[in-house]
Amino acid sequence: MPLSTQSQQEDQQYVLVATLDNVRNLSNILKAITFKDHAIFNATQNGLKVTVEDSKCLQANAFIQADIFQEFVIKEDSVGFQVNLTVLLDCLTIFGGSTVPGVTTALRMCYSGYGFPLTLFLEEGGVVTVCKINTQEPEEPIDFDFCSTNVTNKVILQSDSLREAFSELDMTSEILQITMSPSEPFFRLSTFGNSGNAHYDYPKDSDMMELFQCTKTQTNRYKMSLLKPSTKALALSCKVSVRTDSRGFLSLQYLVRNDDGQICFVEYYCSPDEEVNDE
Amino acid sequence: MKFRSKMTDVGCLNHFTRVVNTIAKLNKTCILRLTPDNLYFVLSGKVANGGVSMWCELLQVNFFDEYQIEGVSPDANEICLEVAPDNLSRALKTAQTAKSVKIKLTKKHCPCLTIAAELPSLSSVSRVVTHDIPVEVIPRRLWHDFKEPTMPDFDVSIYLPPLKTMKNVVDRMKNLSNYLVIEANLSGEMNLKIETDLVSVTTHFKDLGNPPWGDDASQSKSQSRDLEAMAYTRVDIRKLQQFLAGQQVNPSKAMCNIVHKRIVHLILLHEDVSLQYFIPAVA
Repeated sequence: MPLSTQSQQEDQQYVLVATLDNVRNLSNILKAITFKDHAIFNATQNGLKVTVEDSKCLQANAFIQADIFQEFVIKEDSVGFQVNLTVLLDCLTIFGGSTVPGVTTALRMCYSGYGFPLTLFLEEGGVVTVCKINTQEPEEPIDFDFCSTNVTNKVILQSDSLREAFSELDMTSEILQITMSPSEPFFRLSTFGNSGNAHYDYPKDSDMMELFQCTKTQTNRYKMSLLKPSTKALALSCKVSVRTDSRGFLSLQYLVRNDDGQICFVEYYCSPDEEVNDE
Repeated sequence: MKFRSKMTDVGCLNHFTRVVNTIAKLNKTCILRLTPDNLYFVLSGKVANGGVSMWCELLQVNFFDEYQIEGVSPDANEICLEVAPDNLSRALKTAQTAKSVKIKLTKKHCPCLTIAAELPSLSSVSRVVTHDIPVEVIPRRLWHDFKEPTMPDFDVSIYLPPLKTMKNVVDRMKNLSNYLVIEANLSGEMNLKIETDLVSVTTHFKDLGNPPWGDDASQSKSQSRDLEAMAYTRVDIRKLQQFLAGQQVNPSKAMCNIVHKRIVHLILLHEDVSLQYFIPAVA
């Protein structure tokens, strides 16, 4: 069933239709949040938001704005469903996800509403693949209540510099400690592993530091296992904004540029690792 | 029983190595049948290897400069050996830069295929690397297991799409399911399908063309067939993936014959080499 013969009348039954000339613009950004099978999709006029959560402590959101898509038609205010993300990614990369310039896979994604499967039409070089992925009842994503008004500290870095630090992090350390401060050491990543402690300091006037807004010294610990998946987003991104709020919650926002130079955002929220006091 | 041969052309050596590598990817052991004109790599459809069978035919003159064979007897001038193609492939890997490669049947502590590669050296003394690959000689009474398979009376015969594309698709489908339905009709259309609790995926190939078999095969079934009607077979996806992943021959023609609900018969042709692969249906 080639894409062109998808009759217009058939389109009318769909509540959501989105098309992309290059499926990598969607698959790449979804790869950045693939650490659990279940992904909550929420589409509005603005675009598509995909949420993945782990242990009620970590949440990752990928935003793909409506104008990234060549066509984005939504018939309701908001359309939500849940699918298996691993399955979706295998479907999106069915033709191998080739990076050869000039060879792209086109996508048409359709959803008829509650209880219906998510239907994907993929086309590359005249070969068409039709996927029907069963959808589930969407769960309500956790509200981390991370408000920009409560942000105490914020830095924006070139991703390159953080990538380097993350690739060298001592993974034997159970936690990653982040210190942000208006005075020395400004922005510090610390690990406490088998072979000793390590600190990575970023001076606030470094070329890599695009913005430095720290109002108060704050030191928080986060589970390494929870932060590990965010390196996938880091790898794709060009800039990253690191923020903490008054409760110590961490927000990582990644600015990702796709093959066509458009910008998308991936965001990770992580709750701090609470010290358990025996006293 | 005697067998000795020699290869000196680098192109022939590479080609032969690629064929052996392809065979090695398909199964741990296979039968090497030697006749005065041909070499055959054979795998007969035993339950132990999932009912898959293979037939690969090479014309000896296209590969070897010297080729001498003395079979078990004058009326059966053949030799039939069981060999691990992986050993053969490893031995040939070290011989890639060789000036010449000799392959002969020898008797060491057990029967062996001895591969002697003469490697280039800077001094006048040449270096020779020798591999002895243990083989088992198959007695004549068992030969009937390793005859050329007859062309099945297929319902549909179709040219395969580019194998790279097909491999990509089958690789992803394997992540999602254990079984795959392959279906095709006489209008050049072929579909690959999987279906599980989570997802159903169908890849449609069209304009593939159907090979003209003419009169040489008595394809009674496909003669009177509705051109649009699909013939299908459900197969173990790993068997198909193995075939696609291993193949290094770069065939000039790749075809697929389907016997409805019975068997998928894949044929790769490359000048002097032909490889046939049979995957049985699963319920």
